[in-house]
Amino acid sequence: MAIQIIINLIMAFTWMFLNNSWTFVSFLSGYVIGLGILYLVRGFFPKRFYFITFIAIIKLILIFIKELFLSTIQVVSQVLRPRLDIRPGIFAMDIDLKDDWEVTLLSCLITLTPGTLVVDVSPDSKTLYIHSLDLEDVNDEKRQIENSFIKAIQEVRA
Amino acid sequence: MIGVLVLIGALLSLISAIGVIRLPDVYTRLHASTKAATLGVMCILLALFLFFGLVDGYVSARILLAILFVFATAPVGGHLISRAAHNTGVSLWESSTQDDLRKKKTKKDLS
Repeated sequence: MAIQIIINLIMAFTWMFLNNSWTFVSFLSGYVIGLGILYLVRGFFPKRFYFITFIAIIKLILIFIKELFLSTIQVVSQVLRPRLDIRPGIFAMDIDLKDDWEVTLLSCLITLTPGTLVVDVSPDSKTLYIHSLDLEDVNDEKRQIENSFIKAIQEVRA
Repeated sequence: MIGVLVLIGALLSLISAIGVIRLPDVYTRLHASTKAATLGVMCILLALFLFFGLVDGYVSARILLAILFVFATAPVGGHLISRAAHNTGVSLWESSTQDDLRKKKTKKDLS
């Protein structure tokens, strides 16, 4: 993936040399043309065309921002309710992610999503222990949400 | 738009402070303090960035960096505090399932 970006940058600079114009616009047009060329020769690289990974990262960020706002509203409504109606608890959740950075990213995303807080990660990083603010009715829903996170992370990796 | 963002940020900070007072135990308080406050600070910083960018015409990259740093460090801080609390044996308020606690205790008994 990194090598494809470097090749694309080199193509953009070659385009600037060919045009002999040193502006951001010519860099951008060279970059876009290089992107098209890389798409045509994508079969020569061992990994997939890197722009797909880029789109997957952006999708992950968008999912995360959506979740952040939705669940902030949820927590605010729980805090401001006149009578506290929460049922906190810690539940274990099995994950099957390979690399450490994926586990770190997933636990950061879960922690920043209000309603859940990662308390501990098992030493083999196969299980997350998550403290949930309202376990009774949200447990299955949370699993689905985290499945969407996991799916998005795996899409970035694949 | 900018004023609304500042107001939302201030309100979120206030609500997280109320949550710290109202919620019963360490973990639920961490829920309120780490996250609502993070979003509130991010809203205020974003409003600051927009204000300087649109009104003064001065694009401050430092504010964007601050948003990024708050974003990256807040969850780690919350995680470490809760983990330290759990390891020193702070008990939960009225919990439904406690897989973690039980597992750790049985492991300690075995070793």
